Formats: sequence, C-alpha cells, structure tokens
Amino acid sequence: MSAPTMNANAITADAPVQFYDLDEHAHPEGHSTMLGFWIYLMSDCLIFAILFACYAVLGGSYAAGPAPKDLFDLKLIALNTAMLLFSSITYGFAVLQMQQGKVKGVQIWLAVTALFGLAFLGIELYEFHHLIEIGATPQRSAFLSSFFTLVGTHGLHVTFGIIWLVTLMFQLSKHGLIAANKRRVMCLSMFWHFLDVVWIGVFTFVYLMGVLR
Amino acid sequence: MTPHPAPETGPILGKLSLEALPLHEPILVVTFIGVVLGGIAVLGLITKFRLWGYLWTEWFTTVDHKRIGIMYMILGLIMFLRGFADAIMMRIQQAMAFGGSEGYLTPHHYDQVFTAHGVIMIFFVAMPFITGLMNYVVPLQIGARDVSFPFLNNFSFWMTTAGAVLTMISLFVGEYAQTGWLAYPPLSGIAYSPNVGVDYYIWGLQIAGVGTTLSGINLIVTILKLRAPGMGLMKMPVFTWTSLCANILIVASFPILTATLVLLTLDRYVGTNFFTNDLGGSPMMYVNLIWIWGHPEVYILVLPLFGVFSEVTSTFSGKRLFGYTSMVYATICITILSYLVWLHHFFTMGSGASVNSFFGITTMVISIPTGAKLFNWLFTMYRGRIRFELPMMWTVAFMLTFVIGGMTGVLLAVPPADFVLHNSLFLIAHFHNVIIGGVLFGLFAAINYWWPKAFGYKLDVFWGKVSFWCWVVGFWVAFTPLYILGLMGVTRRMRVFDDPSLQIWFVIAGIGALIVAAGIGAMLVQFAVSIWRRKELRDTSGGDPWDGRTLEWATSSPPPDYNFAFTPVIHDLDAWYDMKKRGHQRPVDGYRDIHMPSNTGTGIILSGFCLVMGFALVWHIWWLVALSFAATIVGAIYHTFNYKRDFDIPAATVTAVEEARTRQLAAGA
Repeated sequence: MSAPTMNANAITADAPVQFYDLDEHAHPEGHSTMLGFWIYLMSDCLIFAILFACYAVLGGSYAAGPAPKDLFDLKLIALNTAMLLFSSITYGFAVLQMQQGKVKGVQIWLAVTALFGLAFLGIELYEFHHLIEIGATPQRSAFLSSFFTLVGTHGLHVTFGIIWLVTLMFQLSKHGLIAANKRRVMCLSMFWHFLDVVWIGVFTFVYLMGVLR
Repeated sequence: MTPHPAPETGPILGKLSLEALPLHEPILVVTFIGVVLGGIAVLGLITKFRLWGYLWTEWFTTVDHKRIGIMYMILGLIMFLRGFADAIMMRIQQAMAFGGSEGYLTPHHYDQVFTAHGVIMIFFVAMPFITGLMNYVVPLQIGARDVSFPFLNNFSFWMTTAGAVLTMISLFVGEYAQTGWLAYPPLSGIAYSPNVGVDYYIWGLQIAGVGTTLSGINLIVTILKLRAPGMGLMKMPVFTWTSLCANILIVASFPILTATLVLLTLDRYVGTNFFTNDLGGSPMMYVNLIWIWGHPEVYILVLPLFGVFSEVTSTFSGKRLFGYTSMVYATICITILSYLVWLHHFFTMGSGASVNSFFGITTMVISIPTGAKLFNWLFTMYRGRIRFELPMMWTVAFMLTFVIGGMTGVLLAVPPADFVLHNSLFLIAHFHNVIIGGVLFGLFAAINYWWPKAFGYKLDVFWGKVSFWCWVVGFWVAFTPLYILGLMGVTRRMRVFDDPSLQIWFVIAGIGALIVAAGIGAMLVQFAVSIWRRKELRDTSGGDPWDGRTLEWATSSPPPDYNFAFTPVIHDLDAWYDMKKRGHQRPVDGYRDIHMPSNTGTGIILSGFCLVMGFALVWHIWWLVALSFAATIVGAIYHTFNYKRDFDIPAATVTAVEEARTRQLAAGA
C-alpha cells in the first residue's frame, strides 16, 4: 500500500482520470430490444427442441395404430410448406418497403403475408380434421400425441404471429413508420422467419423422414 | 388411492363445489381461520392508514428494479414461512409415527405436505430470493439506471406472485399434488391423480415459469448491454458474472420445464399418451426431461450465491478476490457441466453401465471447478484483515457446511453407491446440506450485506448472531440424523415406521428443526428490531458502510431512483475501490435531466388475468378460461398501443437530491 510504485495503477495516479461520464446521453429507446427478442426466440426454440426430442423418442410408438406412411399426404404438405415459405418471402418484401419508408407498401405486403399464413393454417386444420376423422387422434398412440403436439404448437405460434401481424398493421396506420414500429416490424420478422425455420425441421423430420420410415 | 372419486364437471363451476373446501381437516380449518384473520388485519391496517394509493403507485406498479427486487424478497420470505411450516409438520409426523402410531397426518394430507414443501421452497422461496437479489444488485453493480426492460421486470414479478398465490389457494380450495415435488408420471397422470392437486401444481408452475423466463432474458440483456463505460466482461464484479451465468441457465432450462409440463397437461386434459403406461407412452421420458431442467435449476439457485460469497469474502478480508479469472472460468465450467449430469438423478432407471458411468464421471467433474472456487475464497482470506461481521460469518459457515454437502454429493455420484442410497434419507440430507448450506446461508449473507444499501441502516448484530447460531447448529442437528438413517436404508417420504429403534433419530431431527425455527424467529426479530432502531443503526458513511469494493457502494443508501447522477467510468476490477484509492472527486454540479421508464399497472393486471385463468383451468371452468384468456390477450395488445413509456427526471430534482447527499457526506466526514 505504501510504496507508490508497487502497481500499475499508481503510475497513472497523477494523471487526471475520468471517473464519471459527465457528458452522457441516454441509451436510445429500444436499443436492446433486438437482442432481448433474439434471446426469447432461442428460449422458444428450446420448447420446439423438446417437442422434436419427444417425437424422436416416441415417433415410432404406433401402439398397433397407423404409421406416418398410412397418414401423411406429401402433396398436401408440400402445398402447405409452399404457403409458409411464400409468406416468409412476402414478409421480406414488407421489410424492404419499410427500409424505403413506404408505409402503404409495408401494409400491403404484411396483409399478403397474413393471407399466406392463414392459408397455411387452413391446410393444417384440414389435415388435422382429416386425421381425426379417420381415427388417427392425438389419443391413439404416443406417435400421434407427439405428432399433433409438435405440429400443433407450430400452428399455434403461426396463429399468434397473425394476431401480432394484424395488431401491427393497425399500429402502422395509426403512427406510421416511427422508430418503435420499425422495431416491431423487425421483431415480428425474426419471429416469422424463425417459424419458417422450425417448419423446415418439421417438414423434413416429421413428414419426409416419417414417410421413409 | 384418493379419498374422493373425481367430481362431476358442471357447466358453470366446473369441478368446483362446496366439497372442495377441506372442512374435514381441522389443521386446515384452523390455518384458514388464522390466514383470514391475519389477512383482514393487514388489509384493515392498510386501509386505516390510507396506504392503498401509496402501495399502488409506489410499489405495485413500479418499474424500478430496486423496488421490484425488494418485493421479490418479501414474496420469498412469506413463502419461506409457509414452506418451513410444512417442514415442521413433516418432522413432527415422522417423530411421532412409531410403534403402531399413525401420527397426526392422514396419508392424503401428509403427501400434500411433502410435495408442497419441495415445490414452495424451490420455486417460491429460493427463486424469488435469488431473482430479487439479482434484480436489486446487478444494475447497481454495473452502473446502470435500471434493467433493459423495466415493464417486463414488473410483469415477471407479478407472474411469479400469481403462481405463488395459485399454489397457496390450493391449501384452502381443493388439494395440492400428492406426488412429490417433480410430479413423476404415471402417478401424476390422470389415472392415478384424478383430482385437482396436480393441476394446481402444473398451473402454479407454468404461470410463475413465464415470469422466471422473462426475468432471465431481461437480466442477460441488462448485463450485456447496460454496463458502465469501461466495464469489459472481465471487469465485471463476480456477483454480476455468476448472475449472468445463472440467467443464461434460466433461459436455457425453464423452457424445458414449460414444455414438459405442457405434455403432462395434455396427458391429463386431452388424454394424449406421452407419459402413460399404455399406447406407447414413456413415463421415463418425463423423468429425463424434468431433470434436464432440474439439474441446471440447482445451479441457477447456487451460482448467484457463489457470487455473493466472493463479494463478501473480498470485502471483509480487505483484499482483492484471489483468482478472479479462475473464478469466472469456474463459473462458466459449472454452467456448461450442469447440462451433462441430469441422469445421475435416476441411475437406478437402469440405462446400462456405460451411460451411468458417463453421468457419474461428469457429476464428479463438477466438484473440480467448485473446489477451485472454495480455494479461491480461502486464499482471499489468507493474510487478509478479516472482519467477522454477519455476512462474513455466514460465509464461513457456508464454506464448512457446503464442503460436507459437496462430498456426500460425490458419494452419490458413484452409480453403485447410488443404487443403495437412491431415494434414501441420505439423499435428502445431501441436498438440504447444499441448498441450505449454500443457497440459504448465502442469502442470509447477502441480506445482511446489502440491507444497509437498500434501506440506509444496518441490521441488528445481536439478533443476527442469535439467528446465525440457531441456524447453523439447528441445521446440523436436523440433518445429521438423516444422513445416518439414510445409510441405514430408510427411504424418503415415509409417513409411518415399523422399526422402533429408528425413532430416536427422528426425534433428534425434530429437535434440530425446532432450533432452526428459533433461528427463523430470531431473524424476524432481527428485522423488526432493526426497523425499530433504524435511527441508531443508520449508516453514516454515506452509502459505503463495509468499505466496499464494487459500484453499488458508490451511490447513496438507499440509492436514488436513477441510481447514479452521473454514470461512473470503470478503469479496474473493484471499480469503487479503485475510485476511492485514486481519490475520485464526486461531481457536485452540472446535473442533467435523466431519462427513466414510467410506472405501469399493466403487469399486475395481466398477471391477475393469468391467475384467474389458472384457477379456472384447475377446476375446468371453461367459460372463465376463455374469458380470462381473451382478457389477457386483449390487455397485452392494449398495452402495445401505449407508446409513451418513459419520462425525464428534471435536472432540478436531480440537483436537489444530490445536494442533500453532498451535505450528508460532509456531515459524515
């Protein structure tokens, strides 16, 4: 303590050291929203990871009931997948419009995205309805329990995405492309594309590989 | 199996009827009367002193991380009393039920008591305590004005509270789960638990889990984004580091719990077959999944306290922490390893020698970084000028206690030994040894350490010491017999015993629990006496009563709403010590407006809707489920239409507050 040359700090002790930020500026509003939302998405991703893991473990437990190749209609699923992939592209167009500052363009593309999303949900509900009708209910076997839960959870996410989308369209028409709304468009964009990525996992892992099984 | 068959479901009240009230259980009736009278007294006093407006505007709707932190601590303390009441009931039952005696608890009641004890102590005591602590301390330690998402912080707190309230409601309306704290299927499935107990368990945890996950995200972002200029990651205080790792664990593990409970819910409500015994279900899938959450969970609990011990040891030894870098890497190692050990909770499942060996070895490996931490604390004390204030006493007690708990843990990590000790009282003694010795002792160290920061006066030392000795002695008297009984092969969760030679050990354990009860009582007295004598105990040092080393001691006690009038600039680890050593000058003019988030009632209102929804789901009141769900969604959307969420504290107000502090510092000097 006594010898001033003992440590490195002592050398600079005579020089004026700034201990307070006297000219500080508030953090810009929402500066950490994107990071926070990204971490949220990763936590959501873990939920899907668990559902995928369950499907991996229980997906072969048919309990003498129907198996994937008895149930899945790949043409329908291809159409469904196309709907969701198109919706991701149209969402991308909405973001491009936003970068050019065109509110109307953003809203039009968001509306198109919502329509594709609804089409996806409609086809999914049709598929579920069909499966239940032929007796392939979630209660029938562990395979069907994990199938309905994985695909249904994804569908539920798309539903919430559409509710959010509609809310956002109202907010855009009310306030325009202010910073807060731009941030929301970007967050929903991450959410929407995330659901697309999850769906590619579902399509490959559940439907394609299921039919091969 | 169950005392009543599953009730009929009506359209208006679902499964709810007058029979749900446990009027046939005298213990519950008396408790209920006590709670009602106490509740009326508290509500009456609040009304009499016209505190509703104050509580609403200053506390319930606050987005200030400090106040939210304090509310979390209060929640933890209240639930701690409930959880400890359960513990005492179990100890008395097991000390009595020998030689043909049935004790005083029916199987139906006793099974609820041990389930509720575990659930409450982990989810509604330990979790609120550590979340509250991190909430209070982390932003101050990194020189921030608040967390990154202040509204979410308030919402998280109220969701945790809603989960706790739903769990407490089960005491008086219906029943709680009789499954043990992790609700393993098939016992927790609808076939073997047809009543509402498991549903209370599920929805209480799901609602609280939302809060926990969101607060985990919030604190990670806060630590990554809001550190004061100059504070690189390797200049963060150790408590902030361990908090960062704990919150990463929260975000990476609570979604697993959420998903697992959703699957159990589907099994119970929809009739799916994830964890059933037939149609391809696999109960062991649940056990795997729940422990993939459950093992990281114990590190979520203990890591922040490792940070507390680091801060306390360094401060009260008057030395820089020994081996800061190794401490950080040890924390990161534990964070990663905590995901590679979950199977040691069920070696007896019979996964085969290779799998069991892998998990046994990873479990033992965790003791290496933990051991490194202990040596770091010891070397910090070595040749330090140690002040045995209360926080330091708790820290030393922790070191002695936790090491024993760690060693019995390594014993359990040996798969062949575990086949003998699985589900025995030896296991019970082990995990209480690490959770009480690590988490609780750490919390008591933290409360004694940071209380002066939060309230501006120290805690009474005498009653603190009484509490300390009762706790430490009581802990060992209560749990040493359980180690011995466990080695003799006594299993957990037993309500009655045949072998009279065992009774003496349970009586000793019961005496230990009573000594701990005295410790808890002394702690409550300590709080009361300290509040009463707050003028005498006032901290006259201007906010730095322990000669602290980290930034939270650089501001006043209690800190102003905005924490720091000017954000500190960091040049060294132990930033505040560095500032003191190099003679920093606190700026006394040139204050500016400070941008702060506004309070909002949205958090408590949305959580209220979720609480109603949880209750309706438990009782299958479907119209109310739909209504409260719609209310939650509409409320959340309505909140997003509010774009004006912050305000400026005018420079004049800042100046007034800071000048008062300048005068106080001058008077103290």
